[in-house]
Amino acid sequence: MANVLNKVPVREQEAKVRATNFEEVCLGYNQEEAMEEANRCLGCKNAKCVEGCPVAIDIPGFIKEVKEGNVEEAYKVIGKSSALPAICGRVCPQESQCEGKCIRGIKGEPVSIGKLERFVADYALEHDIKPEGAKETNGHKVAVIGSGPSGLTCAGDLAKMGYEVTVFEALHELGGVLVYGIPEFRLPKQKVVAKEIEKVKELGVKFETNVVIGKSTTIDQLIEEEGFEAVFIGSGAGLPMFMGIPGENANGVFSANEYLTRSNLMKAFDDSYDTPIAAGKKVAVVGGGNVAMDAARTALRLGAEVHIVYRRSEAELPARVEEVHHAKEEGVIFDILTNPKEILVDENGNVKGMKVIKMELGEPDASGRRRPVEIAGSEYEIEVDTVIMSLGTSPNPLISSTTKGLDTNRWKCIVADETSGKTSKEGVYAGGDAVTGAATVILAMGAGKAGASGIDEYLKNK
Amino acid sequence: MYEILKAEKLAEKIYLMDVHAPRVAKHCQPGQFVIVKMDDKGERIPLTICDYDREAGTITIVFQEVGASTVKMGELKQGDGFRDFVGPLGCASEFVTEDLETLKNKKMVFVAGGVGAAPVYPQVKWLHEHGIDADVILGAKTKSMVILEKELTAVAGNLYVTTDDGSYGRSGMVTKVLEDLVSQEGKSYDVCVAIGPMIMMKFVCLLTKKLELSTIVSMNPIMVDGTGMCGACRLQVGDEIKFACVDGPEFDGHLVDFDQAMKRSQMYKTMEGRAMLKLQEGDTHHGGCGNCGGDN
Repeated sequence: MANVLNKVPVREQEAKVRATNFEEVCLGYNQEEAMEEANRCLGCKNAKCVEGCPVAIDIPGFIKEVKEGNVEEAYKVIGKSSALPAICGRVCPQESQCEGKCIRGIKGEPVSIGKLERFVADYALEHDIKPEGAKETNGHKVAVIGSGPSGLTCAGDLAKMGYEVTVFEALHELGGVLVYGIPEFRLPKQKVVAKEIEKVKELGVKFETNVVIGKSTTIDQLIEEEGFEAVFIGSGAGLPMFMGIPGENANGVFSANEYLTRSNLMKAFDDSYDTPIAAGKKVAVVGGGNVAMDAARTALRLGAEVHIVYRRSEAELPARVEEVHHAKEEGVIFDILTNPKEILVDENGNVKGMKVIKMELGEPDASGRRRPVEIAGSEYEIEVDTVIMSLGTSPNPLISSTTKGLDTNRWKCIVADETSGKTSKEGVYAGGDAVTGAATVILAMGAGKAGASGIDEYLKNK
Repeated sequence: MYEILKAEKLAEKIYLMDVHAPRVAKHCQPGQFVIVKMDDKGERIPLTICDYDREAGTITIVFQEVGASTVKMGELKQGDGFRDFVGPLGCASEFVTEDLETLKNKKMVFVAGGVGAAPVYPQVKWLHEHGIDADVILGAKTKSMVILEKELTAVAGNLYVTTDDGSYGRSGMVTKVLEDLVSQEGKSYDVCVAIGPMIMMKFVCLLTKKLELSTIVSMNPIMVDGTGMCGACRLQVGDEIKFACVDGPEFDGHLVDFDQAMKRSQMYKTMEGRAMLKLQEGDTHHGGCGNCGGDN
């Protein structure tokens, strides 16, 4: 019997092996391991973990079923709150949400809620357990823009309530950031994402790919010409940001979005696909978030030596601890307290290096983190052939600029009520990165949920 | 699937296709483009919209073979289709939203080089339908490469055809024709729209700077998603970085950094060459190119 204070360890691919392939890093629990871990749950009446979950899954409820070996029942408990458990079990920052509040965590390690959720969801995918849908439709049509986490959640919830939902996706594949952003080795596309979307389809949701709202049609036209009574905007983040330093348009400088889209969505890592990717031999990834870790670990798998260049110290890295840990294990080198000044370019326009400067931490800034300050005279050059900028995104104006009466804030994000998703335009709701700026999958799902209940409320009282 | 209703070879390596894509046909405007994807494993390829029929729900595309993907695309026949066809992308040409009366007082000249004739056509046609006749200079390497001459004749004011080798129409580059028209043949223009190979647009812009003729160019850089998400298509325009897919594709030609744009378009040249080799050699391809999964 394992020590009850610690989590049942989860099996992973060995770091040296996985650094050379795109197979999933974490292998997940088997039933025996899951039941053992489930036994660590105290089944709190006033469960703190549920408060920490943006979609309020009945965590002690599903874990109780796992304890007893009723995995199908466990799936049904989760299914009441989440349409995408196999995805959340993999990419949610549990340490700062459900597991962060777990009583077990006060003395010892919290219950491994994320891994248990993943186990239950994978079991349901393998055994093709169908989600419970609505008995009949209520005849009201709702359009959802974007098939990422917020859109899928909103669509799934509305379908369960009986609405006729159509999801419009701009790209050729469904899933949004789940397919273009998060790499295969963290979130398998065919095995997990496609199958979980299949479950949303089974609820009766229709999908139309290759429709760019704002271009192929507009929100006003969806309402006036196509008979949709309400619209949920879950269009995601948007335009990648660059630093504005010299040399940034050189060949070999990519946004993390481009690098990851080429590899994840277009499958450039696989030779049988036509899209190329400039893998690079020595790569610098600028930034310290989850996207930066994804880009770094992708470049590593494509055969490069990879450096994370981050201007603050390791304690301030915004990425999940698990991702930083995995990246280090695999051999990503962390150049912290370092900031790019200029990208050095050869005569053919290709990147040949980067001039950087050492930083130190000063007084706390507006974000509460200590402000990084340049150390005068500490510039030096590093030799790289590829630079990946992972600095976040700014909102895409395609929808806000083509929808009459839809207000945006000073950061150009769509203004929406947190609890209902309601925007300034009647019948139009929004959530996810389009509203908050770049955030997490689960927060977007929470917003999709809020949007679904907001739309339901609106259409019932109309 | 987006069905191909007509497929035609216009000239060596240049193809025209009518594709059924009702959403795109209903909303597109001159100046915009589409992205197509042939099959599951294909690239996303940005292409010019050459014409559209809102009632039939079709878009006419014109493309030139430049790499492995476009060569494969050239083999598609009537009845085949594209797995994906998305658009219209980018912004419409500025004149579409301009006041018609102001527009009628402007003298416009279009400079079309090679397949650049395709995006020029819907613009000139739109102007013609709104009672404005614009002059068009249509250039090609040689007589057999001149495309859309008949179509352009029907909608242009004056059409000046020129070939680099003098085998048809006037003789010489499009820049020579424009310079002759303005300096020797008494023409004067208020706006020039130049669309064609990057190098042509660069030289047209150098000339029109000298002639003090404001010039719009249409950029077709490397793109992935085409909706503003990846930034692959970024260009230096004046002191700003612009994304061709959402801010363009048309820009003030006098502000575009063509030298940088041309370097950026070379980024995957070696890889494209390898892909081409793999396509040509088919099953007999056994590596040696170093990067294609062949068995060396």
